[in-house]
Amino acid sequence: MTAVIPRDELLATDDLSAYYGDRKAVGNVSLTFARKAVTAVIGPSGCGKTTMLRCLNRIHEVGFDARVEGRVLLDGQDIYSNDVDPMSIRRRVGMVFQRPNPFPTLSILENTLAWGGRGFSRREKLERAERALRSAALWDEVKDKLRTSPLRLSGGQQQRLCIARAVAAEPEVLLMDEPTASLDPIATAVIEELMARLADEFTIVAVTHNMQQAARVSDRAAFMLADDDGIGRLIEVDDTAKLFTKPADPRTEDYITGRFG
Amino acid sequence: MRGRTLGRRRIWGSMGIGVASLCAALGAGALLVILGYVIVQGIGAINWAFLTQLPHPIGVPGGGVGNGILGTIIIIALATAMAIPIGLLTGIYLALFGRGTIPEALRFLSDVLSGVPSIAIGLFAYAVLVAPLKHFSAFSASFAFMMLMLPLLVRTSEQAIRSVPETVREGALALGMSNLRATMTIVLPTARPAIITALLLAIARVTGETAPLLFTAFGTQFWETNPNNPMAVLALQVFTYAISPYPNWQAQAWGGALLLIAAVFILSLGARLMLRRAMRGLDA
Repeated sequence: MTAVIPRDELLATDDLSAYYGDRKAVGNVSLTFARKAVTAVIGPSGCGKTTMLRCLNRIHEVGFDARVEGRVLLDGQDIYSNDVDPMSIRRRVGMVFQRPNPFPTLSILENTLAWGGRGFSRREKLERAERALRSAALWDEVKDKLRTSPLRLSGGQQQRLCIARAVAAEPEVLLMDEPTASLDPIATAVIEELMARLADEFTIVAVTHNMQQAARVSDRAAFMLADDDGIGRLIEVDDTAKLFTKPADPRTEDYITGRFG
Repeated sequence: MRGRTLGRRRIWGSMGIGVASLCAALGAGALLVILGYVIVQGIGAINWAFLTQLPHPIGVPGGGVGNGILGTIIIIALATAMAIPIGLLTGIYLALFGRGTIPEALRFLSDVLSGVPSIAIGLFAYAVLVAPLKHFSAFSASFAFMMLMLPLLVRTSEQAIRSVPETVREGALALGMSNLRATMTIVLPTARPAIITALLLAIARVTGETAPLLFTAFGTQFWETNPNNPMAVLALQVFTYAISPYPNWQAQAWGGALLLIAAVFILSLGARLMLRRAMRGLDA
C-alpha cells in the first residue's frame, strides 16, 4: 500500500481520507508536493480541496468530530503518527486562510511576532519580523505604523500581513487556502506575484477555484472532484502546463474548459 | 380603485406608527418619571455628610449612609472577585468544548439559576453560611451576590468568546500555539470588551439587590470592613429607612435610592461604551 516517496518531495499524502463525523469529505488522496514549488489544488466548490489542505498541518482535526485516516509525510515522517505533536507540525507547515485573519488585538508588529520566538533575543525577533514583512511585500507600506492596529489596513494588506505572520515562523511548507478569494483584482495580482517569489524559499500548496490563477502561479496542479457520494477524490495531478493543455482525464478537461463547476 | 386602497393603507400605516410611538413613549416615559421622581425626592438628602457619615440614632437629625456605601463596595468587590474566575472559566469551557451532555446540562442549570428569585438565593446563603456559623456576615452576602452574577457571566462570556471568528482562533493554532495559549493570548483579548460589558451589567444587576441581604449582611450602625461580620449595605438602609415612620429617615431613603440608581446608570453607560468598542473591533 505504501507509496514510495521520492526524496525531492518534501510533503506527500498517502491514502489520505478526512471525515466530519460519519461523513467522508476527502477520499483516499495520494499526492506529492514538490520542494520549493507551487502546487495548486483546483476543483469546484465542495470537492474537498480545502479539507484536504487542512489535513496537511493537522488543523482539520481542530474542528468538532473531525478526523483523518491515512498518512501525511513531511520529509518522510508521518505527521499523524502517535508520537508527533501537532503543534510542532504547525510550526513547520504554515497556513494562510481564505479571509485575512490578523489578530485584532495585536499590533501589526505583534502579529508578526506571534509565532513565539522563545529563546530568541528581542533584536533577532524584530529582524525576523522585518524580513517577513519584506518578503510579504508589506514592509514599505507599514514600516511607519508597526504599532498600530492591523484592522486599519486594506483587505489585501491584511492578507499580506497574514502571509508575513506565517513566514516569520520560518516554516518549510506554506499552505494557502484560496488566499485571494476575498480580494479585489489588484490586491490579487500583488499576492499572486508574491506567491511566485515565496516559492524560492517555501514549498507552497495553494487551493484555488480560480483556474486562471492556478495557471498563472503554479508549477504543478492537482484536480479534485466530488462524486455523487459527496466524497472528494483526486482525479489527476501533473505539471500545470500539461494539466491545462493535455489533461489525461475527460473530467479534468470538462472542468477546465468550463463545462461545469 | 387603486387610489382608495392606497389611501386606506396610508391611514392604517400612520395609525400603526402612532400606536407604536405611543407605547414607546409610555415605556420611556415611565422610566423618566421614576428617574425624575427619585431625583426630586432624593437630591435634597444628598450632601457630603450623607455620603461620608455614619447613621445618627433615631431622633438625631443629620447623619449619613457612608458605612452602607462602603459595605456595598466591599460586598460587590468580593462577589465579583469570586464570580470572575468561576464564570469566565465556565464560559471558556462552554465556548471551547460546548457540545455534549455535560455542557448542555451546565447551560440549562445556569439558565435555571438566573431565574431563581434572589430571596431564595439569599435563603440558601443563609442556610449554608449563616446558620451553621451562627452569625450574619458580609461574606455570606457576597456569596449570594456571586450566585446571582454567575449565570449572567457564564452565558455572556461564552457568547463573547464564540463571537470571536473561528478563523482568528485557527490562525493562532496554525502558528503552532497550544489551545490554551491561543485562547488566552488571542481569543480572550479579542472578546475582552464584550466580557467587561457583561461584568458591568452583572455588577449593575446586584447593586440594587436587597432581598438576599436581609438575612446575610444584615446591616449595622457602624463602620465595618471585616467580611466575617454583619455589614451595612446601601440597599438595606434604603429598605429600613423607607419603612420607618421618621420623615428624616424617609428623606434619606430617597437619597440612598438616588445613589443606587446613579450607580446602575453609570455602570450601564460604561457597559454600552465597552460594547460599542467590542463591535468596532469585530467589524473591521
